[in-house]
Amino acid sequence: MITLEHIYILSGAFLAFYAVLSARDRTNPKRFGNAAFWGLLAASFLFGSHLSDFANGLVAIALIAAGGLGLMHKGAAATTSEAARRESAQAHGNWLFAPVLIVPLVALAGTLFLKNSGLADPKQATLVFLGLGTVIALGICYAWLRPPFLAPLEEGRRLIDTIGWTAVLPQMLASLGAVFALGGVGGAVGTLATHYLPLGTPFAAVVFYSLGMAALTAVMGNAFAAFPVMTAGIGLPLIVHRFGGDPVAMSAIGMLSGFCGTLTTPMAANFNLVPAALLELPDRNAVIKAQLPTALLLLAANTGLMAALVYRF
Amino acid sequence: MWPLLGIAVVVAGFAARLNPLLVIAAAAAATCWAAGLSPHAMIAGFGHAFAESRLVSIAFLALPVIGLLERYGLQERARTLIARLKGATAGRLLLAYFLLRQLAAATGVSFGGQVQMVRPLLAPMAEGAAEAQVGELTPAQRFRLRAHAAAAENIGVFFGEDIFIAIGSILLIKAYLESNHILVEPFALSVWAIPTALLAALIHGTRLLLIDRRLRREKKSSAPKPDSRAP
Repeated sequence: MITLEHIYILSGAFLAFYAVLSARDRTNPKRFGNAAFWGLLAASFLFGSHLSDFANGLVAIALIAAGGLGLMHKGAAATTSEAARRESAQAHGNWLFAPVLIVPLVALAGTLFLKNSGLADPKQATLVFLGLGTVIALGICYAWLRPPFLAPLEEGRRLIDTIGWTAVLPQMLASLGAVFALGGVGGAVGTLATHYLPLGTPFAAVVFYSLGMAALTAVMGNAFAAFPVMTAGIGLPLIVHRFGGDPVAMSAIGMLSGFCGTLTTPMAANFNLVPAALLELPDRNAVIKAQLPTALLLLAANTGLMAALVYRF
Repeated sequence: MWPLLGIAVVVAGFAARLNPLLVIAAAAAATCWAAGLSPHAMIAGFGHAFAESRLVSIAFLALPVIGLLERYGLQERARTLIARLKGATAGRLLLAYFLLRQLAAATGVSFGGQVQMVRPLLAPMAEGAAEAQVGELTPAQRFRLRAHAAAAENIGVFFGEDIFIAIGSILLIKAYLESNHILVEPFALSVWAIPTALLAALIHGTRLLLIDRRLRREKKSSAPKPDSRAP
């Protein structure tokens, strides 16, 4: 049976290749910094499940040092010229889209039809089939386009170097969230909110719950982390118990206020900062800026929606 | 209130535009110091979460496939294809993707993604459509379209997925309410996500259509003006 662990090992193997190819790239003045960074991340994927928590922590600290202290520089991976690409696009036509679509199709078909077939761990079926889809698409590309053997890995390195150390930010922020939880940050926010906010009317309680979900999500980078804090602090004691609001409508709509917060914050790196790097945008907050008007309008509308619905059912 | 020191460090660090990795390390250290945790406990807690959250990085697995196809002209082909479609504009294209993404997320279909769809297909297609509309783009216009492509993906997923009952956030709410003795069916939660999803479609859809208007306006204002000194 294929499990998430196998997919981690495949990811780790790709990363290890990126490390070796980076080390060989003499055009990059900081090639060993890149090699160390991708090598450490490869180690985390290959061996992370067997290392102690403390050892995993040391790997994370080493990654922070390599990425945070300017030891990396974008390499020059071997690729094709723009003219060659235009010519190839003409020659291959719309078939070029097929391998891109194979990956999600395998993930979808696998999740729908093969979830309990014993081929993949049913708990992580989508991720496992996503990995399988990648392998299948890569095999088809080798057979059809006959690229040099290392070409997919060189191209993968080209893209991962475009992202650079931003690639580990989502994992790092998730880990910071865990440290916040260990340090009792959630409880402190709840105490603060209930002591200092004017929550005397049903309407005010809804407004502070909704806006608080967005603000706390923006700070923690994750609505899942904000939800228990705000719901224990304001939602259940005030909206539900004191003012008699419906907990189901409140929770469901409140979570979506949190998602508005996610659109506004660099702390949600995988949604906001990684795409900016991947799309080679010079302003790392460009995606947040594109989302901000929608996030604010929708937050206002969503707060109004909650105020209108929560005391009615 | 000392545990909140870590949050203050994060806000100050991001505001000062310091390297986010260093900000994270400083915030973790400040939280541990304030909470009286030992450095060993902090490093172990951080490392445990780091290894556990490796699955957020699985999207990068597709990079060799995407990169290889780019080598053979994928982005160029995406631009050509969309430029040939009559009536395709950047705003309409982004709107179609956004609504499709929302619908797919609402029905639990895994489709899309920043690595799998936005970089190789949606962003170059939006640029191609805009070029067909107004000609050569400025770098600022190009970057704005790309940022909007990424935003359409995010907003589509966020305000679609909660309608699907087997999604993480719905299960989290259910588990949390149950731990507080409130029993609820996932379906009862997911119907409450529908009004916000419609509002999101309305608000963001309108903004996407305004992209075309802005492109046309910018073209007009940058076009050479007729010589006013002529008789």
